[in-house]
Amino acid sequence: MSEPMVQVHNVTKVYERGKQKIEVLHGLTLEIPQGDFVALMGPSGSGKTTLLNLIGGLDKPTAGEITVGGQRIDQLGSGQLANWRAHNVGFVFQFYNLMPVLTAEGNVELPLLLTKLSGAQRRKNVAVALEVVGLSDRAKHKPRELSGGQEQRVAIARALVSDPQLLVCDEPTGDLDRKTADEILGLLQVLNREHGKTIVIVTHDPKAAEFARRTLHLEKGQLLEQAA
Amino acid sequence: MTRTGFVVANLFRKRVRTILTLLSVIMAFLLFGLLQSVNSVFSSGADFVGATRLFVQARVSFTTSLPLSMVPKLEAIPGVTHVAYQQWFGGVWQTNTPLIMFTLDPQRYHDVYPEWKMPEAQWQAFEQTRTGLIVGRQLANQYGWKVGQKIPISSNIWPQKNGSKAWAFDLVGIFDGKDEDWQKRTNLAFIQQDYFDEANQFGIKGRTNFFILKLAEGANAEAISRTVDAMFENSPDETKTQTEKDFNISFVKQIGDIGLMVRWILFAVFFTLLLVVGNTMAQSVRERIPELAVLKTLGFSDGSIFGFVLAEAFALVLAGGLVGLVLASLAGALVEKATGGQFLLELDASVWLLGVAAIVLMSLAVGLLPALRARRLEIVDALAGR
Repeated sequence: MSEPMVQVHNVTKVYERGKQKIEVLHGLTLEIPQGDFVALMGPSGSGKTTLLNLIGGLDKPTAGEITVGGQRIDQLGSGQLANWRAHNVGFVFQFYNLMPVLTAEGNVELPLLLTKLSGAQRRKNVAVALEVVGLSDRAKHKPRELSGGQEQRVAIARALVSDPQLLVCDEPTGDLDRKTADEILGLLQVLNREHGKTIVIVTHDPKAAEFARRTLHLEKGQLLEQAA
Repeated sequence: MTRTGFVVANLFRKRVRTILTLLSVIMAFLLFGLLQSVNSVFSSGADFVGATRLFVQARVSFTTSLPLSMVPKLEAIPGVTHVAYQQWFGGVWQTNTPLIMFTLDPQRYHDVYPEWKMPEAQWQAFEQTRTGLIVGRQLANQYGWKVGQKIPISSNIWPQKNGSKAWAFDLVGIFDGKDEDWQKRTNLAFIQQDYFDEANQFGIKGRTNFFILKLAEGANAEAISRTVDAMFENSPDETKTQTEKDFNISFVKQIGDIGLMVRWILFAVFFTLLLVVGNTMAQSVRERIPELAVLKTLGFSDGSIFGFVLAEAFALVLAGGLVGLVLASLAGALVEKATGGQFLLELDASVWLLGVAAIVLMSLAVGLLPALRARRLEIVDALAGR
């Protein structure tokens, strides 16, 4: 854990809802080293998901700089940002967000359609990703035929398949029971420790945060440590 | 999995809805194919007939007859080599099968229409047999008529002097066309003008519906038309002279402007289709906003998302359109077979080309707005359900 994977410098994010302007993040600064596993915690409306979206390149800051893996992503255009996301970051959502018309392996293969890999190579990578999350035997099943935990594993395999260095997870266990949640968090821990992935998760659950190497608390758009 | 596979998979996420939409597209293009074929039948006017013949009819309408005494005057016009004439007979085979049947002078008609091929002996028999009848090959094949048979045919216009509408003719010849185009028109029947003049109850004699002028090579058809019409101007029998092609078109248009009717029907059909398929596409995109946002999250560009939605619309309309056009071809062939070739409903290249153009336009019309909506989705808002 030496080189910073994520550098957030003096970032402000303002949303406009009609005539109203809502400042969600206020000059936030943060560094996440490569190989770190960070849990972002805080009350609703504190800006956790907004920060996660900015780190993942889903949104752009109103002011400030964001550098991920040495790339200033706040300066990228929409097309460049899409391309950057495809190659550098994997996403895991609370409600899995799998494509219901595709099988587990179809869902995992989706990000690879953006690469130049051959069909055979894609299938090989998909098999490896499903193996990592322990779902090889469910490859041909559609999401409605899987349990919540299995769906989230498929989502993690989809996030991993293009081998990004950064995983961002928004409440990855928010829809799961304790036991399944612990399994999923254990899996993320393995990915961090054994595969060197940098992971940032947003959670309300202190038990989930315990799986991370460190926990950052946000309140009213600022890191508590920073505010202090 | 491929991008195409993904598009097809998405298309069938709501199987029943997609199948019903597909059926409506198929029906629309089936109608399109058939109606366009009808339109081209009615508007083509047989391009292959050329401009070597002029048709002269009464200026008011071709149902108003003209006197045969005009023949010598027409023959005297420079550039006119032969003059024939035809009178509509309104023939009906058995109870209610209408025939395209005319009365004429055999020799004159033979001179003007060398495109009809029949043994010379049969032409002579036609000329010499008062009750003679000649028919085209299609008609003969359809009803199994053979030379030498007596054919009973009634007329829905002309009763005989004894009051009977039933006429009997001796089939003395069966003619073919000189090539494929002419062969397709061998659904005609001709009888002797002289016999008709003598036998009809109304005493119509020496009159005809129209004259056909055969022109010399290189003759100026337009100038001759003007000469003919000027010759009979201000007489009781004013004329309207036009080329054979124009005459054919005006003949079929007596039941209305087929092209206009077809266009309006198709407009209604496609407008309805636009609403049906457009609604399906819009609904499909609305339901999938979070999924589309996830695709963008994974790295699919705005353009790719636009392409996915447009491709779905195109696939839906293309599949339905092609099936509809193929069914129209089959239905056209069935109609042609059922009518013994009298009604040629074939989807020619122009109908297929129009159909493909309609598929492309319809795909754009129904897919463009949903595709643009999908393209403009903001990931963060869409994921948050805003």
